[in-house]
Amino acid sequence: MKIPLSYSLRNLWTRRLTTSLTIGGMALVVFVFAAVLMLAEGLQKTLVETGSDDNVVVIRKSAGSEVQSGIDRVQASIIETQPGIAIDADGKRMVAKEIVVLIALPKKSTNKPSNVVIRGIGEKSLDLRRQVKISEGRMPVSGSTEIVIGKSIAKRFKSGKVGEVLRFGMRDWRIVGIFDAGNTGFSSEVWGDADILMQTFRRQAYSSVIFRLQNPSEFEVIKQKIESDPRLTLEARKETKYYRDQSEMMAKFLRILGISLTIIFSLGAIIGAMITMYAAVANRIAEIGTLRALGFQRRNILAAFVMESLFLGLIGGFTGLIFASFLQLYTISTMNWATFSELAFSFELSPDIIWESILFSLIMGLTGGMLPAIRASRMNIVEALRGE
Amino acid sequence: MNSENNIVEIRNLSKSYHRGSLILPVLNNISLDIKEGEFLALMGPSGSGKTTLLNLIAGIDKADSGSIKVKSVEITTLSESELAEWRASNVGFIFQFYNLIPVLTAFENVELPLLLSKLSKKERREHVEMALKVVNLSDRMDHRPGQLSGGQQQRVAIARAIVTDPAILVADEPTGDLDRTSAEDILNLMEQLVVELNKTIIMVTHDPRAAKKAHHIKFLDKGILNARPQIDL
Amino acid sequence: MHVLKLIFRNSLRHKLRTILTVLGVTIAILSFGLLRTVISAWYAGVEASSASRLVTRNAVSLVFPLPLSYKEKIRQIEGVKSVSYGSWFGGIYIDEKNFFANYALEAEHYLDIYPEFIIPPEQKAAFLHDRKAAVAGKKLADKYGWKIGDIITLRGTIYPGNWEFVLKAIYKGRDNTVDETAFFFHWAYLNEMMKKIAPQRADQVGWYMVEVKNPEQAAEVAVRIDQTFKNSLAETLTETEKAFQLGFISMTEAIVIAIKLVSFVVILIIMAVVANTMAMTARERIGEYAVFKTLGFGGFHVSGLIFGESMFITMTGTVLGILLTFPAAKIFASELSTYFPIFIIEPETLYMDVAAGLVVALMAGLFPAWRAINIRIADGLRRIG
Repeated sequence: MKIPLSYSLRNLWTRRLTTSLTIGGMALVVFVFAAVLMLAEGLQKTLVETGSDDNVVVIRKSAGSEVQSGIDRVQASIIETQPGIAIDADGKRMVAKEIVVLIALPKKSTNKPSNVVIRGIGEKSLDLRRQVKISEGRMPVSGSTEIVIGKSIAKRFKSGKVGEVLRFGMRDWRIVGIFDAGNTGFSSEVWGDADILMQTFRRQAYSSVIFRLQNPSEFEVIKQKIESDPRLTLEARKETKYYRDQSEMMAKFLRILGISLTIIFSLGAIIGAMITMYAAVANRIAEIGTLRALGFQRRNILAAFVMESLFLGLIGGFTGLIFASFLQLYTISTMNWATFSELAFSFELSPDIIWESILFSLIMGLTGGMLPAIRASRMNIVEALRGE
Repeated sequence: MNSENNIVEIRNLSKSYHRGSLILPVLNNISLDIKEGEFLALMGPSGSGKTTLLNLIAGIDKADSGSIKVKSVEITTLSESELAEWRASNVGFIFQFYNLIPVLTAFENVELPLLLSKLSKKERREHVEMALKVVNLSDRMDHRPGQLSGGQQQRVAIARAIVTDPAILVADEPTGDLDRTSAEDILNLMEQLVVELNKTIIMVTHDPRAAKKAHHIKFLDKGILNARPQIDL
Repeated sequence: MHVLKLIFRNSLRHKLRTILTVLGVTIAILSFGLLRTVISAWYAGVEASSASRLVTRNAVSLVFPLPLSYKEKIRQIEGVKSVSYGSWFGGIYIDEKNFFANYALEAEHYLDIYPEFIIPPEQKAAFLHDRKAAVAGKKLADKYGWKIGDIITLRGTIYPGNWEFVLKAIYKGRDNTVDETAFFFHWAYLNEMMKKIAPQRADQVGWYMVEVKNPEQAAEVAVRIDQTFKNSLAETLTETEKAFQLGFISMTEAIVIAIKLVSFVVILIIMAVVANTMAMTARERIGEYAVFKTLGFGGFHVSGLIFGESMFITMTGTVLGILLTFPAAKIFASELSTYFPIFIIEPETLYMDVAAGLVVALMAGLFPAWRAINIRIADGLRRIG
């Protein structure tokens, strides 16, 4: 780098209006780019963190999710008695037979009903989910019509306070607690007693059986055993994989949409940078001639203009990222297509996204500045000095 | 003519421009010797080829045929990037419109050619301060060109031209954009460079007053070099 | 006409810059148009639904069924013309990636209630006579290359097992707002199988589709239906088909809002690009503007030149963008038929394209015009040098 960086930077500063418009365009593109990646990241993080690596979810073969699944009582008790299930301090097996159904509850913001997951839980359900903590009130007494609700539900739906009553299935359900499940999908669930819920909804079958592995490395063995048992038409998945699979369609949709959008948008921003850089070259022809006469090589000129354009991209990238980082304050709730139920997740800014955004903005700058920089470096000295 | 004293030796130099299918001869078989420490003015009407001759000596344009030796180096055979390196250490430029970089301060403008040398930052600072002192602008080194008068800008440009201690200085209408007093100053400064620092200056000019300052005057007309004007200027 | 000529010549002075700017506007208008079309595709189901049809489902949520016995009770309710029913089957064809809507329907009445599904009479007869028969939409059949008589196997997710159907009919939409990517078969076949493998799940339907005699009474009929089943084992929720579809969309509202926002972002991006071009152009010509003023032209004329050029560049790009939207939408429609069965450019989208172009042109010209109006003649002339 022979021509000082300050030359490139000060030239950007000299053309403040043009520079800020160009940077503004790039910042918007990077904002959209980062926002979509953050959304996909947030969704995936939420669903992946929902699972634990040593937990196994058993559902009916091909059911895809707990909502579609059904496991009858006989099958459920076969699973319950499998060897390899962890035993807790009280000497009890870490296994829960659960039922998952959807109910429609009115949202606070729109008063429109939205689907919510109700999970009928067993004695061990809470212990199986390390991420779930009761933040207010208490757990329901087993065999009662008491329920606890997730933090996101409390925030987004009507009647979300301890002591209030939800009515569904021709029964009143008293909210006795609110649980905090962090960034996981459980925050968007309502939990009640499995057997009472089955009675209420006249269900004969559980939806899933969840258990903790005594030894996580034995997963394949147990999976093999469950899936080859002719009495069971069930499949076992690690809880982490189960939730990752659920987020796949949505995350893929977001990624495809986001990437194709940003590619198209970035064309606009690259054109903006190109216009700016061509004008920068045109305005400084005599300067370029002088620098060449002083003994600077073509590649020095090329580098100086490319640097200028890279700076444009970089500043645009950082500006876009700063605005995108404020998105972390927002929570998005939308229907998860895999379960047809509401799921709340937030924008998540990971280091990877930061790098990708900055790299992306540099590429935009480089693409926009390359042709003008080449034109600058190719000028004939004598003609350039005459300002042609 | 003692060739050991010659800093520039030009032999049978020809150059023509192509405008579409038209070929316009500019320099026609020119030979010229310039001695070390000489202050030479090139005069001639517009289009006579004087700027082209200057550009060729300075190594920013290519001749069609002939040879140019500067300090015994045949510059017509140098490649483009060799030529650039050669210019950086052997030629100083002074332009009619100063051609300072507007976003850089006077100091940084003068420092610019030194960035191509291997000098340390401290050495560069010393050289720049010295050059600015020669042109008597030490108090303005942090000003940008826009904050300086025309005469001051031209003095910065001269400092930039001498900071690498080149053997020859080429000046194209150095007083063309200046009022009479400033022009006087600049010409005195250039004379001082020749007399005190033993620089060789080749100056293209229209201005008879500027030419008078020079030690020799050569006249170019229709591509041919003469010792006196063919027509009244 | 001199002014127009001047504007035209001015905009060609920096050909490369003008071409790049026009190209940028073209891309922006193209993507804006496509995004708006994605939004209308999202609501396509709502647009296509009829006000004279009601959907009755379990009040708890869609995953809960209703007993088959409700059918007769609903039919007897005043104002009901005919009743049919169906269940969401949710089968997978070969692989999860090949998603399409598939249901089990009580076909005879359903097809009467849905006159927008056009099936050739002989195909319809063949379908009704075969209990394992199925019907596919034309786009769906084209996508997988199905022909009448083909055997199609779906893997059940809600109803376990592999299910084989014989394609007996292919329906077309009455117009291009009808989804041609659905697949349906006889509900009776589903029920017959459920009786064998899971008797407790037999005789249950996902929803009832009710046709009312008079669309104006739809709301009253809906209330009457829900009253009938109040305090029964399965309470119902009855809405017009439109409200039912809107309910689905409201759950994905966040995504729709995001796409809407993003569609405006692209306009902002291009606004920055065009504003940049105009700012550079005006800065270079400030001396000329001063000359115009010297000649006696007012600030109004000078700003007219700037806005005229901004308008010329932006509108050229807008027109090109609109023209390109049509072939692009066609490619989109075939690539994304899984997500958006209906993908048509609405006239409103084109109006919005033009409006966006106008806003961009005006905003981009604003600052340079203001500067040109306020430049003092002497300052402007000095810049010529």
